[in-house]
Amino acid sequence: MIPSGPSTFLLQLPLASAASAADAFLERLPLVARDVFTSWLPEPWRWLVNSLISIAVILSVFGLLFAYVTLAERKILGRIQNRPGPNRTPIPFINLRFFGLAQPFADGVKALTKEDVVPRGADHLLHFLAPVVLLAFSILTFAVIPYGRHLVPVDLNAGVLYFFAAGAATELAVFMAGWASRNKYSLLAAMRALAQLISYELPLLLAWVPVVLVAGSLSTTEIVAAQAGWKFNLIPHWHVFTPWGAAGFVIFMIAALAESNRSPFDLPEAESELIAGHLTEYSGFKYALFFMAEYFGMIALSGMAITLFLGGWHAPSPYLEFIPSYVWFGAKLVVLLLGFIWIRATFPRLRMDQLTRFAWKFLVPLALINLANAAFWSLSFPWAGPLQLLRWLISALLVVGPFVLLGRQLSAGVAPRVYRYAAS
Amino acid sequence: MLGTGLLSGLGVTAKNFVGSFYDPARLTTIEYPEVKTKLPEAYRNFPFLVAENATDPMGTLRCVACQICEKECPPQCIYIEKSKDKKPDATGKPQLFPAIFAIDTSVCMSCQICVEVCPFDAIKMDQVYEIATTDRFSALLLNREQLAKSNAYYHGIHPTEAAEVDARLAAERKAAEEKAAAAAAAKAAAAAAKAAAPVAKPLPNA
Repeated sequence: MIPSGPSTFLLQLPLASAASAADAFLERLPLVARDVFTSWLPEPWRWLVNSLISIAVILSVFGLLFAYVTLAERKILGRIQNRPGPNRTPIPFINLRFFGLAQPFADGVKALTKEDVVPRGADHLLHFLAPVVLLAFSILTFAVIPYGRHLVPVDLNAGVLYFFAAGAATELAVFMAGWASRNKYSLLAAMRALAQLISYELPLLLAWVPVVLVAGSLSTTEIVAAQAGWKFNLIPHWHVFTPWGAAGFVIFMIAALAESNRSPFDLPEAESELIAGHLTEYSGFKYALFFMAEYFGMIALSGMAITLFLGGWHAPSPYLEFIPSYVWFGAKLVVLLLGFIWIRATFPRLRMDQLTRFAWKFLVPLALINLANAAFWSLSFPWAGPLQLLRWLISALLVVGPFVLLGRQLSAGVAPRVYRYAAS
Repeated sequence: MLGTGLLSGLGVTAKNFVGSFYDPARLTTIEYPEVKTKLPEAYRNFPFLVAENATDPMGTLRCVACQICEKECPPQCIYIEKSKDKKPDATGKPQLFPAIFAIDTSVCMSCQICVEVCPFDAIKMDQVYEIATTDRFSALLLNREQLAKSNAYYHGIHPTEAAEVDARLAAERKAAEEKAAAAAAAKAAAAAAKAAAPVAKPLPNA
């Protein structure tokens, strides 16, 4: 059923159940389109073609998203640095610029036509395999994210586990690239990357364990289902709107920044120290594949953050449920990606010791306390009335207290820096 | 508290992002091929020849092919051949003119010494900077037809300097005319005196 106008829609709303929203035409549109396409096939073959269509849609949608995230990143970085950013690439044949919207395709053509240089001393097989493996593992992570009410490519009952297992395997590819390049900078960068990725793997995992604890499932669809509904028809039941969820979300996003090698944690590619890190000996399309894998990793981790903390594909308000769920997922994804870009534009790169200290002395204890917090939250589930206020208070204290104390301990004796001999 | 500095940093970048859309003072980029900056008056790159008249540049070149610039040019990028005949210059005096005047801009180092040494204010510095070419030999060797530009153009690119040059030239011309007039007058007077001499009678008290 499609609401014919806002007034009829609002009248129907109190009666509208989840089932009716699930049956809305727009909600089912991707499935309907797929079924129209596969209806001519004999029944035994349909599952295979359906899977292939899912793969093709994921690759094309996220490939295009990758292309335009790079453009958005360059344009937003430009604006933040008070310059227009890329705005000249004309669209072929019609010669219109449209704010440089053809830029990603020009970049793609450039990457494809560049010479692919492989160092003489390199391990040719590993040098070739590293970007392929990296990209393959990044794409694997897309399989378990629920993009919409009916849009889960593979509904594994241990989907979260699968996601982080596939995500962790990308570290192997980074080291593969550093080793195969036979370049001291590449190898140093790969070592750094391993140290960083392993340091931040722990807070990343510890940040989502509370979600699994509270939702009681490792399946991504069930975690999303656990976040359905609204308190007083106003505040969604998303995990991010609980004290432990907010803390978990922040820890998860910081760790995700580090896991996807984004600024301010882009030490493996610190160009002032390591040329281009493990990318030094890569050129042409292999370089583009690394770049693509980095953005795919970022997109996948954002998608997982949405699934775990931001209510997945759920609308933020019951009055906005007429917008199909996959649009909500996309909107949340775009907001998180813009956040990544904003953070990249703002913060300078950390030093190696700062990076690891931040992970081990701040994020890991905070995440462990957050785990206890989530345990308390799920134990105190039956509390009602004024006790509920107490529940919120205790949980909030368990977030703010450790944050303040650990923050003090982290910055003790470090900041602010005193310039003794500089003229003030 | 930890994190407040990070938040204020995010605020700074957000302010820059928003400000770049409505505050033109922030977005200082000039999108070059469509929009060009106004060059400073003193900007110079390669020399050009000044012609008095835009309609007949070859006939009214100030250059008299004295070859001082050719001799002074440090990288020796100027090549001049004198004409066989003479043409009246701006003041009407018959002068030589350059039959060939060529500057190799691939050699020229934009030092302006040719301009400094020219006694006739015939060579000045140009401001044309879009001279990239796919032919690095003949396209960079400018002949006198390509080098000749009108005095009005000179006024357009270096107004102060051109006004000063024009005033100086006008003064010189006036002085020359006065001198010529005086000489003519003296000559006329002398001729008159000479003509009058035979009929003049000695003064009574002489």
